[in-house]
Order: sequence, then structure tokens, then C-alpha cells
Amino acid sequence: MNRIGVFVCHCGSNIAAAVDVKQVAEALGREQNVVFSAEYQYMCSENGQKLIKNAVKENALTGIVVCSCSPRMHEATFRKTASEAGINPYMVEIANIREQCSWVHKDITAATSKAIILGRAAIAKVRFNEPLTVGESGVTKRALVIGGGIAGIQTALDIADAGYKVDIVEKKPTIGGKMAQLDKTFPTLDCAACILTPKMVEAARHENIKLYTYSEVEEVKGYVGNFSVKIRKKARYVRENLCSGCGACALKCPSRNSGNEFNTGLDKRGAIYIPFAQAIPNIPVIDAEHCIKFRTGKCGLCQMNCAAQAIDFSQKDEIIEEKYGAIVAATGFDIINLDKFGEYGYKTYPDVVTSLEFERIMNAAGPTKGHLERPSDGRQPKTLVFVQCVGSRDTSGRGKEYCSKICCMYTAKHAMLTREKYPDTDVYVFYIDVRAPGKNFDEFYRRAAEQYGVHYIKGMVGKIYDDGNGNLMVRGSDIIANEQLTIKADMVILAAAAKPDDSARSLGTMLTASMDTNDFFTEAHPKLRPVESPTAGVFLSGFCQGPKDIPETVAQAGAAAVKVIGLLSKDRLKSNPCVARSDSLICSGCSNCEKVCPFGAITYADARVNDGTGMETRRVAVVNEAVCHGCGACAAACPSGAMDLMGFTSKQIFAEVDAVCR
Amino acid sequence: MQINEKDKSNRPNENPVPSDENFTPLIVAFCCNWCSYAGADLAGSGRLSYPAEVKIIRVPCSCRVNPTFILRAFQKGADGVILAGCHPGDCHYSTGNYFTRRRMTLLFSMLDYMGIEKERTRVEWISAAEGAKFASTMNEFAEKINSLGKCRRLGDLRCV
Amino acid sequence: MTEYDLSLEAIRMSGVYPERCMKCGKCSGACPSYGEMEYHPHQFVDMISKGRIKELMESDSIYKCLSCFVCVERCPRNVFPANIVEAVRTLSERRQGADRISPDTLTEFIDGDTPQQLLMAVMRKYSK
Repeated sequence: MNRIGVFVCHCGSNIAAAVDVKQVAEALGREQNVVFSAEYQYMCSENGQKLIKNAVKENALTGIVVCSCSPRMHEATFRKTASEAGINPYMVEIANIREQCSWVHKDITAATSKAIILGRAAIAKVRFNEPLTVGESGVTKRALVIGGGIAGIQTALDIADAGYKVDIVEKKPTIGGKMAQLDKTFPTLDCAACILTPKMVEAARHENIKLYTYSEVEEVKGYVGNFSVKIRKKARYVRENLCSGCGACALKCPSRNSGNEFNTGLDKRGAIYIPFAQAIPNIPVIDAEHCIKFRTGKCGLCQMNCAAQAIDFSQKDEIIEEKYGAIVAATGFDIINLDKFGEYGYKTYPDVVTSLEFERIMNAAGPTKGHLERPSDGRQPKTLVFVQCVGSRDTSGRGKEYCSKICCMYTAKHAMLTREKYPDTDVYVFYIDVRAPGKNFDEFYRRAAEQYGVHYIKGMVGKIYDDGNGNLMVRGSDIIANEQLTIKADMVILAAAAKPDDSARSLGTMLTASMDTNDFFTEAHPKLRPVESPTAGVFLSGFCQGPKDIPETVAQAGAAAVKVIGLLSKDRLKSNPCVARSDSLICSGCSNCEKVCPFGAITYADARVNDGTGMETRRVAVVNEAVCHGCGACAAACPSGAMDLMGFTSKQIFAEVDAVCR
Repeated sequence: MQINEKDKSNRPNENPVPSDENFTPLIVAFCCNWCSYAGADLAGSGRLSYPAEVKIIRVPCSCRVNPTFILRAFQKGADGVILAGCHPGDCHYSTGNYFTRRRMTLLFSMLDYMGIEKERTRVEWISAAEGAKFASTMNEFAEKINSLGKCRRLGDLRCV
Repeated sequence: MTEYDLSLEAIRMSGVYPERCMKCGKCSGACPSYGEMEYHPHQFVDMISKGRIKELMESDSIYKCLSCFVCVERCPRNVFPANIVEAVRTLSERRQGADRISPDTLTEFIDGDTPQQLLMAVMRKYSK
């Protein structure tokens, strides 16, 4: 039998000025099941709470209705009061008579009668409230970082330094990511390798970090605190425990036909190779597609020359299963394919290159040893044209509609470095807007224009063509001078739009982490929770969340690490008890609920049920309470009414509707 | 977003309810906890008034609203039902409001067929920051319901 | 009709949304007739959005346009300057009276300087 207590708050004059609180308390006191009704100046105060507690004890209340401010304000307070008074905290309902009544209605009569109706609705609802208990689950004290670029490395280092175990999964044979390919970094012009490689070494040596390079995440199951992940460790055909990293195998390899990915395909590498000199781990990998031994069965030169006996052509992919408490996505970026931009002739002319290729050309460890040589004939170019926004800010469907953010600054850097090393070159930059918001960014860009004599032209390039004598002609507009100009260039560098790595989409699906239309991971809140995914236990680091430069990536990596540490430091996780629940007697196993669940919280299991016609085995929906967020999509989708949402059951809402419409 | 875009005001009301000078409509508003309910709270803290006839029922997400909740409201005498949720793409649960949009499009056309004017139902996206939008939407909706007059009651055959 | 209304009419007819233009100038960078024009593709968009259609109608720039649609092809924001040109031409011709040129007398107007585009447009509009 329900014994309900009603507590009407004056909130000083906030409520009492527009609502006749006495009348509300009296009217609600006459409602069915209401055995106690009172009003008080400040219900949320110490004395107000004491009043509630005493009333609960003296009247043996089973349910509490507080007519006060928004539940978003004090629901938690009154739940705690109920709990202290000895009844289940979920037996409390709030009637919002401040924000949604006294503050918005001037007429006392109307506001008072509305307050009574809102109170009745809360009473009607609380009659059907059920005591709910907060569930708890354990936390696996190990984190997984997916992606071994600067974002992943930094996140892993920060987590590891706090004393937690971290695994990094990197699909390439080495960690380091895109930053390892860069030459200098803006706006300080310090060398990327000099600041990155010590971090790579630290990550490899750290006792709490385990690296899975040349590996990919294949399956993610579980929920916050209890993820179970399958990692595919691809066969390197080199035994990691034996290899000394001497590199003799790579030198002896007779195959020289594979494009060197690290140098963006500008030169060739062997079929067995170490991506670059500072690679971590410093262990080669065999590219089976180009290896002569794999293709013809005859060769094995690397095996013959390996003193450590580390080459193993029979190696197979390995599946590793590991449990994690938290997962960080740090999948980084790539640049878009320029096939659709025929006007720039990227496919046709070898001297039209992307900025990443230019980065390798300018890099002392790159294919040209840092000498500016154009790809077609190795000549030093005298006129360079940089084109910005190639595919960025493009709504035509060929590119990406967002600003890639980093291009303005790296183009200024490239232009500056070129003019510094080769003062006799002419450097032109076609730009739409120069976006340089950041510490010392605008100063940096202005230095390129003012001190280094880089010609900035506001306008875009419409066409790049060959004049018939092997010269690249760049035709573009200068819309400030209001003229069309054609520049005879020796080399053109395209600032191609950056996009999230291709692996992000499938990873997002595996993690049930939401993504936007551009395949960037969505954050839980754009302002207040920028490093968390809406999926509990999944965190975001670096470019995979949105375009970022290195300092921002490192900052976000640290922030993601703190969130992970905060999660892993807990021994038990409390879960929201307002979750969906399925009645196996009614469930027909139709799968409607499973399809609408955005969190993958619903699975099917065989249950032994007896609905009065004898015992039978049925396929019924089962809700994983730790994964369910309590949105109720399943409850509304269920055709038979088997699925319901605790705290907002259909019965409760019907009762509220009835009370409001009475 | 407003689902009922087409104005059907030129259609004769088959069962005209005699106009009542003292008619005060009953409007039920289902608001999602994360956006619209918070938007209503913000309208409150901003003291932006709207008619007292609007009664808000809190749901965790607009997708929790089973079409039968709306039918029940009409059955029990509501003159208008409005469902408010987060803007598309901003749902706290990622995709809830997309389900709402589809479900309600179907339900509203069915209600229309049953003789409950489409204008009596509405889906609105109101964020937690849009207190002013909440108030103006409710004002506008209440005005619309006022002009439509009393709603024909849906009969509950079980009670006959 | 005021000049502003006329501009709105041209926007309506062309179906373009000139506010989408981010003034990158790619259209003008690609235009093969750029050198012959007084106003250039990116200016067409700007002028029409500012309601300065008369200058455009009086200039022969709109007839120097070859309707090659390279500006439409290259525009990263789906603004379509060539469509504006076509609308302005149509408005200009309508203003001069639909019966001014009959197909039979068309040959009289042909001389070395008459842009072929003009003849094509006139034929298309008045031969029905």
C-alpha cells in the first residue's frame, strides 16, 4: 500500500509569490494515497530535509513528492534525504513548480492550479515507482590506446606515468605516425624528429607500456571498465625476440620495386625493410606482396644473411585477446585523394606534389637528403607555387567542407624554409584566407611574407597545365589586384585537405562511438567534455576528433589520459539504475529493440519461461545494465510492451498523462 | 522542425465543437531531459512567460515517447500534444531523436486520418540553451490550439 | 523594377545562392575569357549579391562568357557564376523587348565583333 508524503517548497518568495503554496499543499493532501502534506520555506535546507526525514519516519511513508525547483537542480539532494530517512532514493519524484510554473506564470490562480496539477502528476507517478538499486561493476586496470602517433604516444605515456598499464596498437610496423615524417614544426621551426623520437623510445622502454605494432583491433566487446578486445598481430615474418635490428636483411634484399611509404612513395624500398632509421621497434617487416620468396619460392637472401636466425617465412597472424578498462581512439589523419581535382594535374605532372611529399623532400633523412630537388628531373626548382585549400572548405562534394586547420601554418613554414635555404627561389602562395590563430602563429605567417619575401596572392589556382616545353604553367586569380595571372613554375605544392584516417570509421562502429559525417569521432559535449566519446569508457585523442596541430594534439592527449586515469583509479563503477528491462514472459524475440539501441546493450539469450502453457525455451531480449544508458528507444520500439524503462515506465508516464488531463 | 507543414485549415471540421468563450486548452508537452526540459528550465530562469495550460512531462529522451502516450493524452482530453527533443545530431543518446522524427511523422499522419488535426501535434527541437525558443514555441502552439478550439475526444472502447 | 529587385530576380532565375561564395577567386583563376572581360566571374557573384546588376547588364562582359562552365566545375562552394551570367543575359534581353530581334533578321546583326554566345542565346530565346 502506497503511503505518500507531499512537501511543497516556498523557495523563499520564488515559488510562494506566484503560487498559493498553502492551497497546493491542502489540495494535494486530499489526493489518494497521500498521508502527509506540508509546505516549508526552503525544503532543500537542513531544516527542510529534517522535516522530510521526520515525516517519513512518523508516517511510514513509502513515496515522496517534492514540489519545488527543477529536478535538474535538487533531485539528487532529495534522493539522498530519502535514503537517509531509510527509503529507497528512487521513490522520490519532483514536481517542478518553480522554473516551469511560478517563474513563467504571472496569474496566481492559474499558476496555483497548474502547480496542483503538476503535483498530482508527480503523485500519480510515484505510486508506480519501484525501489531501484545502483548497480556496480569492476574496473580492469589497463588501458588500450589505438594509434601510435604523437597523440597515442603522449596519452600512453601520461597514463603509464600515473602507474597504470597501457597497450598501444599501431597498424604500421613502427610507432611515430605522421609526426615522424615531418621535417620542422611551426611556429618554432624545431625539428620534429628531435622532439618525437625521445618520446617513441620512452614509450618503448616504459615498464607500463606494451606496444603492438603492425597490429589492428579486430573486435571490441564489453562496456566501460570491462572491455574485451581482440587484436590481430600481423605476421612480420621476422621473430621479434631474435632480431637484433642490424638491418643486414634489408640491405641484401634484391627486390626494389615497392614504393617507400615512409617517404610517401618518392623512392623505393626492399621487400624486407625497416620503415626508417629511428623506427620503434627497430625490427624489419617483410612485405609479402613484393617479396620474391613469397611470390616465386626462390630467394631467401635475407634469411641467409640473418646472423640472428630471425627470419621466419612460416609466421602466421596472431590473435591476442586482452581486457581493458578504458579505450582511447588516437587514429590520426591522412590526406585526401586528389583524383577528383584534375585541374591541378597531381596525377599527370610529377612536379605537382602534396605538402606531405614536400615535407619528405625537405627532410634531411628523406629521399633527397634534404636537398630541394624536383621529382621529375632532380633539378633544383627556381619558382615554387604553393596552393592552399586544396579540397578543404569545399562543399561541392569533391573535398571536405571543414577547414583542415594546419595547412596555412605548414605552408608558411615550407615557404619560409625554402626561402631561407635557397634565397634565389621565387615562392608564391595562393590563399583564400590565411588562418593563423594561435600563439605566435600570425607573427610567423607575417614573418614569411615580410622578412622572407614570400609572395602571398589572395586568389585560387584554376588550372595547372604544361606549356608544351615541359614547364608547369599555373593560372590563377589575384582578386585583390583584380587580375588573372599565369606563373611559370618549376614545382607546385598542394596543401591537400586532411581527413580522419580510413580506419576510424570501422573502429567507431566497433566501439559504438558516434561519428560525424566527416568520420571524425564525436565528443560527449563540444565545450565541456571534449575528450570523451558519448560512449562511456571511450576517449578521444588527437586529429581523430577534429583537425589539430601538434601542440593541441599533445594537450588533448594529456586531457584524455587524465580522464582514463580518473576512470582506472576507481575500483567499482556505479551505474545508472534507470535502465531498460525486458520481461521474458512477454518478449517475442523480434529484435526491434536490438536494432534501435545506439549502445549495443541488448543481446538475445535463450530463456526458460512458462507463460501458463507449460515450460518452454524462448529467444528473449536481455539488457546489459552496465551498457544501457537509459534512453528508452527500445521501450518505445517494443511492439509487445515487454521492454520497459525503469524510472520512466509506461505505467508511470500513462499515470502522469492521466493526472495532467484529469 | 515542424512536421505538420501543410496547412489544412481550409478543410471543414466534420464535427464542429461549439465555440466557447471560456475555452482554455489543455496542452501536454513531452520534453527530453537533456535538451528541451533544460530549455524549459532556462525559459523559467529567464522569466519568459508562456501559457499555464502547457503541462510538461519529463522523459529521458524524446525517443522514449511511445505513440500510445500521445494517443492516451488525446483520449483523456488533451487539445494539443507537443514533443520536444534535442536538435538532430545533438541527441544525448546519439540517435534517439531520429527515431522520434520517424515515429511521429507516421503517428501524426495517422492522427490526421483519425480526425485529429495535424496542427494539434508537433515535434520541436529545442536545445538546453534555447529558453526563448521554448517560450515562443509554446506561445505559438497554444495560440494555434486556441484557434482550433476543443479537440474531439478519442473514445476508449474498453470503457463504454 | 528597381535595380535591387532586378538583382533578386536574377538570383531567383539562376537558382544560385551568392552568399555561399567565400571569395576564393577560383572561378576567375580558371576562366578562359578573363582577359576580355571588364568584370570577372568572382565579381559577377559579388555584384549580384550587392544588387549592382545594372553595371553588369550594361557591360559586355556577360557576352564574353563562353558558357564553358569551368567556373561551375571548379567552384568549391557550389555558387555557379555561369548561371548568373545566363540569368543576367536573359534579363537584359527581356528588358529590350522580346520582339526586337526576329530569327529572320538575325543575320543582319552578325559581324566580326558580335559574340557567338549572344547569337546562340538570342536564337534559343526567340526562335520559338
